[in-house]
Amino acid sequence: MAENLIKPENLVYKKSGIMTDRVLHYCPGCGHGTAHRILAEVIEELGIQNETIGVAPVGCSVLAYYYFDVDMQEAAHGRAPAVATGIKRVMPEKYVFTYQGDGDLAAIGTAETIHACNRGENILIVFVNNGIYGMTGGQMAPTTLIGMKSSTSPFGRDIKTMGSPIKMTELVAQLPGTYYVTRQAVHKPANVRKAKKALKKALEYQKLNKGTCFVEIVSNCPSNWKMTPVQSNEWMEENMFPYYPLGDIKLPQDENKK
Amino acid sequence: MKELRLMKGNEALAEAAIRAGADAYFGYPITPQSEVIEYLMAARTEDRTGMIVLQAESEIAAINMVYGAAGCGKRAFTSSSSPGISLKQEGISYIAGAELPCVIVNVVRGGPGLGTIQPSQSDYFQSVKGGGHGDYKLIVLAPATVQESVDYMKLAFELAFKYRNPVMIQSDGIIGQMMEKVELFEQMPRLEPDYEWATTGKKPGKPSTIVTSLQLESEEQEKVNHRLQAKYREVEKNEVRYEQFHCEDAEYLFTAFGSSARITRKAMEMAREKGIKVGLLRPQTLYPFPSKAFYDLADQLKGILCVEMNAGQMIEDVRLSVNGKTRVEHFGRFGGVIPNPDEILKAFEQKIIGG
Ligand SMILES: Cc1ncc(C[n+]2csc(CCOP(=O)(O)OP(=O)(O)O)c2C)c(N)n1
Repeated sequence: MAENLIKPENLVYKKSGIMTDRVLHYCPGCGHGTAHRILAEVIEELGIQNETIGVAPVGCSVLAYYYFDVDMQEAAHGRAPAVATGIKRVMPEKYVFTYQGDGDLAAIGTAETIHACNRGENILIVFVNNGIYGMTGGQMAPTTLIGMKSSTSPFGRDIKTMGSPIKMTELVAQLPGTYYVTRQAVHKPANVRKAKKALKKALEYQKLNKGTCFVEIVSNCPSNWKMTPVQSNEWMEENMFPYYPLGDIKLPQDENKK
Repeated sequence: MKELRLMKGNEALAEAAIRAGADAYFGYPITPQSEVIEYLMAARTEDRTGMIVLQAESEIAAINMVYGAAGCGKRAFTSSSSPGISLKQEGISYIAGAELPCVIVNVVRGGPGLGTIQPSQSDYFQSVKGGGHGDYKLIVLAPATVQESVDYMKLAFELAFKYRNPVMIQSDGIIGQMMEKVELFEQMPRLEPDYEWATTGKKPGKPSTIVTSLQLESEEQEKVNHRLQAKYREVEKNEVRYEQFHCEDAEYLFTAFGSSARITRKAMEMAREKGIKVGLLRPQTLYPFPSKAFYDLADQLKGILCVEMNAGQMIEDVRLSVNGKTRVEHFGRFGGVIPNPDEILKAFEQKIIGG
């Protein structure tokens, strides 16, 4: 019965050819999987599989190279933008992206992030912000919201002793080196479509050599937020989005004028 | 055609890197090695050979840029001095783990901490015993002259690619800063190789290339370590380099590396003038260490004086090499102080002859 349905004309969705067949290790409901998928689809649609080099971070997506069927390097914690700089400088004609979590990008790797953006490295930085250290078991991240509980802020993040959540995306948008800076989400189909468009633009812009493209994806962490996937997405909309509002933060100069 | 020039050690090293066909340099200024990046910037390498030179935001960033470029199969290098090399250690460990070729230059200054900008050899342990985490080895070359700084730069790239392993050139503030006559080798072409381990874009029909030092399964990680160890045994078999002076009839021995070997050679000559049969063994590779040369000499020796600009680091390897067959003592000045031949000779007479 089911076999009868598996016909090309009935196909409404198929796995991107840039995603390998490996089973994702991500927790059910985690945004990393969707973020991977749309990035893979974009690489496929642009036909740049053989010209793309990705850089995986240290974090839940440390094994991203298992899933993207492109050449990849695994960087030390926080150093992906430096590694990507090294790659792009010696192979300027390739498409280079980093894929990083918030601990990686906004804590230990803050200097590398800011300076890669400030130099205007012609790379794409994909920044998955789930407000927590996922891989190491739910410790406080630089992006953890005020009052939000984590294993190292068990009574909630206290501004007095722990500081405020950092808005890296607004921060890098200030730098002349960035060309396109946007904040997206992947928890609903409409958001997925928008985020995918953003990633596609960002990779297309790389050809122009105009500077760094920075795409934040505000995401969830059901396991460490200790919620069901649905609850986590609702919590994200109610708590994360007000502090990390979605939308473009910096558009390419000419597009701004339109 | 021979090209002779009078050059500073650091500048000669930078020129040698350009001529060795280096593709990229990433570095951060620190005394006494800032001339390396200054020279490279002034040389307009992009016009000359196409070589990339980038001043990074830190030594950490610089070594990770080297990782990225090396992962693409390019000839990448960085340079720094002691505190900056400490910062690079995580990256060096990753490079060793991912088995990438690269060259790291350490123009050593006195420590610990911010220490002094004066010359020292107190980073022997850091270079040779693995300053970063995990069981890994760097191939460590120790030049004693500006000429060797030039020659070792070329050799370092050769060894790095032969073994897919990071190579360290351990210079110091004396060799980096002094001027000597050097013979430069001719410009070599920048290569466009396509190594199967390099991430240069996936080849149609072939699996993608991954550069990583991660292997979560213990048994797999053990295999990685076995592979590394097998490589290090090969390096130990093939790449030991050292120099001997007056060792044939020697009853005593000096040993020293880098700039202290130059000073010690003078002390040896002064001792010979006094009729003392003493030789000098200078390791040129600190790893692999010339253990066998020491072991073979040990039977004819009444004692060895190890002279270092540190509190006693290489002496541990000398003692392991002779394995108790002869006495080994240490003489060192440190914290940036350079020993003179007279005090070396005096220490030799007191600790080895009289001891
Ligand atoms: C130098 C170093 N420090 C700490 C760690 C441990 N560590 C691994 S992942 C991580 C945090 C990852 O969090 P994030 O970047 O937010 O990514 P996520 O796992 O949430 O996707 C930490 C602290 C490490 N691997 N290396």
